[in-house]
Amino acid sequence: MYDFDWSSIPNALPFLWDGMKISIQITATAVVVGILWGTLLALMRLSPIKPLSWFAAGYVNLFRAVPLVMVLLWFFLIVPHLLESIFGFPRGSDMRMGSAMAGFALFEAAYYSEIMRAGIQSVPKGQMAAASALGMNYGQSMRLIILPQAFRNMVPLLLTQGIILFQDTSLVYVSALADFFGAAYKVGDRDGRLVELLLFAGAVYFVICFTASRIVRRYQQKLKIA
Amino acid sequence: MGYNWNWGVFLQPAASGGDTYLGWMFHGFKTTIALSLSAWLIALAVGAVVGVLRTVPNKWLSGLATAYVEIFRNIPLLVQLFLWYFVMPELLPESLGNAFKQSNPFMQQFLSSMICLALFTSARVAEQVRSGINSLPRGQKNAALAMGFTLPQTYRYVLLPMAVRLIVPPLTSEFLNIFKNSAVCSTIGLLELAAQGRQLVDYTAQPYESFIAVTLAYLVINVVVMFSMRWLESRTRVPGYIGGK
Repeated sequence: MYDFDWSSIPNALPFLWDGMKISIQITATAVVVGILWGTLLALMRLSPIKPLSWFAAGYVNLFRAVPLVMVLLWFFLIVPHLLESIFGFPRGSDMRMGSAMAGFALFEAAYYSEIMRAGIQSVPKGQMAAASALGMNYGQSMRLIILPQAFRNMVPLLLTQGIILFQDTSLVYVSALADFFGAAYKVGDRDGRLVELLLFAGAVYFVICFTASRIVRRYQQKLKIA
Repeated sequence: MGYNWNWGVFLQPAASGGDTYLGWMFHGFKTTIALSLSAWLIALAVGAVVGVLRTVPNKWLSGLATAYVEIFRNIPLLVQLFLWYFVMPELLPESLGNAFKQSNPFMQQFLSSMICLALFTSARVAEQVRSGINSLPRGQKNAALAMGFTLPQTYRYVLLPMAVRLIVPPLTSEFLNIFKNSAVCSTIGLLELAAQGRQLVDYTAQPYESFIAVTLAYLVINVVVMFSMRWLESRTRVPGYIGGK
């Protein structure tokens, strides 16, 4: 039977916490930028201007058809080179954190855009008509009437997507960036205690995501009654 | 931009000899397909059982099934994969663990990946099965029981035949996901499509062509799966429901 030895975890906690901060930073950026860009994409998708709607549809379908790992590899291996050659950034500058944030934000935007599109379509048509009747133009009625309601209806889905995103940030492992999972792996590898560290990492992710999804579910129940 | 495009690189003999770089890619493509399809079959079987258990009127069984789903849904896929690949062999009885570690590396990677993807996806399939069963009018179950069907018979003849047809559309997206998720298995060294893409970058020094080709291959998988599922959806649609005939 395997002999467990958990002694390397207490000393590693500060390092693991640094990793967790990176995971949270990437998640937060990707959620905020993803929702903003996703909302814009949803508006384009629903707009009567054909080229805009084609662009948004193409963008969303492309990103949803490609594995996240591939998107991240693009952003870690190809995009930095592209930026170096176009903007003349110094060679070999460490852009992994920026790449990770940009990659996740652009990828998640495709998923957020689908959620927001459903949200906008869930608002009754009369709302738009009423806003127009009050003399609002398209931009005003979207910003002041439709989007706030769409957003409110979709908060549980947006948060659930955020939890999935938090789990997916572990994939920055492909760039050897030390997020929480990367840090745990490094410590386990160094101390020859991979089994304990991986189990610990799994438990931490489980506790965080399970608690968060419970909170979202409770909030969803409350919303239903209101 | 001083980049030399060279699409001919795929036809050049690869460093391993006896194969072209296109052959490498095709090899990865086949691994991705084999891995995803085998994992999908297991996921369907396990997911169906767990999904049914979540709806049965027995606290212990449904509690167990709920715990199963929550565990597989709240741990990142990458972490699960590493647990299956690095941790599981250590926790198995010694003889079994050693047998695993002594088998050839490809088998180790493939088996771990397959079990990981299968169980990860089975939790999601279970949720779809559960919501399919729950979406049926309660009267169907009651009517079956009133007619003297036992509970297993009720599931076998009344609930499941309907539920299975209702959940085909949501299962499409899970089926697409399993192909995309299989790319995660490149992290334990399994030479599937994404891993071959990385290898092509290293060996050919043509990063753009390599990545574009691999990305296109994923798009092709996506389109093929989508069209075949659309065909299946049109075959299994239930008349009288929205989207039905």
